Amino acid sequence: MNLREAIKKKKFIVTSETAPPKGTDVSKMIEQARLLVGKVDAINVTDLQSAVMRLGSLTGCYLLKQIGIDPIFQITCRDRNRLSLSSELLSASVLGIKNVLVLTGDHPLNGDHPEAKPVFDLDAVQLLRAAKNLCLGRDMSGNRLYGVPDFCLGAVVNPCADPLEPELIKMKKKIDSGAQFFQTQAVFDVKRFSFFMKKVSKYNVPIIAGIILLKSTKMAAYMNDNVAGVYVPPNLMEQIDNALSKEEESVKIACGIINKLKDVCNGVHIMPIGWERLVPGIIDRAGIKK
Amino acid sequence: MIVTKKKTAKAILNYLGKSKKVFLIGCAQCATVCKTGGEEQLSDMKILLQEKGKIITGKTVLDPACHLVKVKQFFYQNKNILNKTDAILALTCGDGVQSIKDGDYKKNVLPALDTLFLGEVERGGHFSQKCVLCGDCIIDRTDGICPITICTKGLLNGPCGGSKNKKCEVDKDRDCGWILIYERLKESKKLKNMKKIAKPQDHSKNLKPRKIIL
Repeated sequence: MNLREAIKKKKFIVTSETAPPKGTDVSKMIEQARLLVGKVDAINVTDLQSAVMRLGSLTGCYLLKQIGIDPIFQITCRDRNRLSLSSELLSASVLGIKNVLVLTGDHPLNGDHPEAKPVFDLDAVQLLRAAKNLCLGRDMSGNRLYGVPDFCLGAVVNPCADPLEPELIKMKKKIDSGAQFFQTQAVFDVKRFSFFMKKVSKYNVPIIAGIILLKSTKMAAYMNDNVAGVYVPPNLMEQIDNALSKEEESVKIACGIINKLKDVCNGVHIMPIGWERLVPGIIDRAGIKK
Repeated sequence: MIVTKKKTAKAILNYLGKSKKVFLIGCAQCATVCKTGGEEQLSDMKILLQEKGKIITGKTVLDPACHLVKVKQFFYQNKNILNKTDAILALTCGDGVQSIKDGDYKKNVLPALDTLFLGEVERGGHFSQKCVLCGDCIIDRTDGICPITICTKGLLNGPCGGSKNKKCEVDKDRDCGWILIYERLKESKKLKNMKKIAKPQDHSKNLKPRKIIL
């Protein structure tokens, strides 16, 4: 199963995520990804996440493809202008990458090269439109392409953004610009997420809810204070705090959220943040194995 | 207004190096309002440099320093004293420094200020950036707030999703520009403007260096 098929067949989509290494040793990334072969529809490869310099997403995608995983090429607007972004998308197509997730990107000031020039020549809406036009055989200046990519284009949305309305306005623009699926910020508050789902059901676009593995109360508190649209409720904080095995409890919490989401949205996107080895177990236990 | 900030004394002295005789030039407009290049700041600079063993051959506040004809006129009228000067220290914006240099490129002209932004004087001593001089004004759509300036990422189609408590992801004290625009548009019942897809900026309209001949 791959992402496009899963969307087409209206299956409950399961995706996960991997971050390429800082350096050239890709063995750990490959080893962790291998555990998910046959268990997920696709795996996102992050594009210098948190504006930290590392191996590129495109190379990561290519390596995952070689071991039989359908990669989702994350591409941000932070580091490249429109020429470079368009060219990178053509390269992805030639390497056989079928899925693209377009993001704005974190500001370099928050990363490990804060002196870097932030590019943002395009925003996520404009990049989606550019990618869609490439699929229609034209570049941003209207020039004809010789050989045309065929991408399944995705975007991100923050279902618990406050205020929500500007986020929804932007989401609609992303759909109008070519987004065929959405992956969301981490969901802990299913009630609030369900409210968002009611608002966007009219768009008829698959929504894949983000699941972050909760590791500790410290992590939860950090996310509550610093991460946009993430709210870990007190009961979950208490649950992880009291747990003898944090890993076991984290799996339990993730499965609990996934079970509640099964009837609410179109899939889940599991972001393990270092606990990649737990993902296969979560997929089995939540009964969402492909 | 062009907002400027004084360089550190260490940096200025480093520039001046062995130049002994220094002439100070300020600006009667922006740098005076910013309290970086007016009469008072020239006097302070004079004291500072004298304490460090420099000789101040003279000082003046041009009105303004970015007017090449006025600079040339000043140079002509003060030829003798300027010829006996090792360095001219410009307490002006970057444009002023270069206009002074263009007045006589053989003179050693050095900047005493850092030029920060084109800004609004909110009140005495409070300046905020409102325009990045992009050359293609679009604030009709955003009801008078420039997204290229106010959004840290300069996005044109709405918030990036990184704001927390209506603040920007890079700084908890900085308002999310797109939430400001959204609230303004909502209040003025122009939210439909935000729903239109904004095209990418045309950077060919922003080709440096710009020049206009009327």
